[in-house]
Amino acid sequence: MFEYTFQWNQALARLPKILEGAVVTMEVALLSMLLGIAFAILLTLLRLSGSRPLHAIATTWIEIARNTPALFQIYMAHFGIASFGIHLSPFASLLIGITFNNAGYLAENFRGALKAIPDTQTRAGRSLGMSQLQAFRYIIVPQMLRISFLPMTNQMVWAVLMTSLGVTVGMNSDLYGVTQDLNALTFRTFELFAIAGVIFYVITKAITLSARLVATRLFRY
Amino acid sequence: MFDTALSSSDLLFLAKGAGMTIIVTVISVTIGTVLGILFGVIRVQLGAVLSAPLTFFLDIFRSVPLLIQLVLANAFMGMVLRLQLSGFTVACMVLSLYTAAYCSEIVRGSIDAVPSTTRRAARSLGMSWAQDMRYIVMPLATRVALPSWIGLALGVMKDSALVYVVQVTELLKSTQILITRLQEPLFLLMICGAFYFLISFPLARFGGYLEKRWSND
Repeated sequence: MFEYTFQWNQALARLPKILEGAVVTMEVALLSMLLGIAFAILLTLLRLSGSRPLHAIATTWIEIARNTPALFQIYMAHFGIASFGIHLSPFASLLIGITFNNAGYLAENFRGALKAIPDTQTRAGRSLGMSQLQAFRYIIVPQMLRISFLPMTNQMVWAVLMTSLGVTVGMNSDLYGVTQDLNALTFRTFELFAIAGVIFYVITKAITLSARLVATRLFRY
Repeated sequence: MFDTALSSSDLLFLAKGAGMTIIVTVISVTIGTVLGILFGVIRVQLGAVLSAPLTFFLDIFRSVPLLIQLVLANAFMGMVLRLQLSGFTVACMVLSLYTAAYCSEIVRGSIDAVPSTTRRAARSLGMSWAQDMRYIVMPLATRVALPSWIGLALGVMKDSALVYVVQVTELLKSTQILITRLQEPLFLLMICGAFYFLISFPLARFGGYLEKRWSND
């Protein structure tokens, strides 16, 4: 049928290496997500702070993250920062790029979630003697995270897919990078990238399914 | 810092890259939207069980990195099928299906958002399925779909930055070529980012405005 002979054995022999790459990909995605959530909460706080310059900083971050390609952001984190004389490793650049992107999108999700939380709750917290920050920390944030749980899992999937962009700044230990290096050795392009694709598919499905399971247990009420 | 070796021919080179970004985006979004509407309607009509194979096929485009989709499509067309396709063709094919996958999701959601009572009322007034789709579902569903569709089109524009992998020199790739030559990464990247931002930001705001305006009634 095809003039091309598939040689899956050659590619499958490299599976352990590819799987090692998958672990790195998950690490980067998870780290960038945790950092992203932290920064997104910070951005939300800046937006709520009522100070104009702080609000402007947060808005600039969010709008740049949402309106430029993720690849551009990773370039910026690598080549852009390098022009200030700071040379980051590909891993650090990738992590910074994805975190920047995650934080921007998550902050926007959080803004939507905040609208669903009545203002009276903060005031109730305040009248119980909480400080503004305490009310935010103990009343708003938990509900905010809960409401935006599904958008957060979507963002996690995005983070996993975005790790494949690390190769453009020289990352070669993640799933895509490893696959590309093996491709340079073996030239089994289709077989190798098909395997990498399947692994990415499994990872993203595992994330969405486990998130759904967790959600049904967490949000029963 | 404001000294630059950037010449007017370099700017022309960047403009060409920007043009390529726009062409790839417009072609992919157009084809992808047509396919997406088709797939979306099919999925709604067939129901979850019968359309499972289609759903699975489309889901692949949303679960595998675009970079891998492009490399795979390129390898499949070139090495396996021995077709002499240009990188541009492959890029448009992949991005179209990528768009269609997301678009079918939007279409499905917006058709589901039309109250079933409204549709039944239309049918009991003697409208055919096609009439119901054309005069009842389409106007109502478009309102729900348009803001997300704008977001999708902008998303595809941003994701089109990845087609460099099949040798298409779009904006970001041409920026990178200039960076290699001029060694002024920050300045060049800022021009490139500004271009994406200036297209994306107003349209995203417009989408948000539509969403707000149409959600009230």
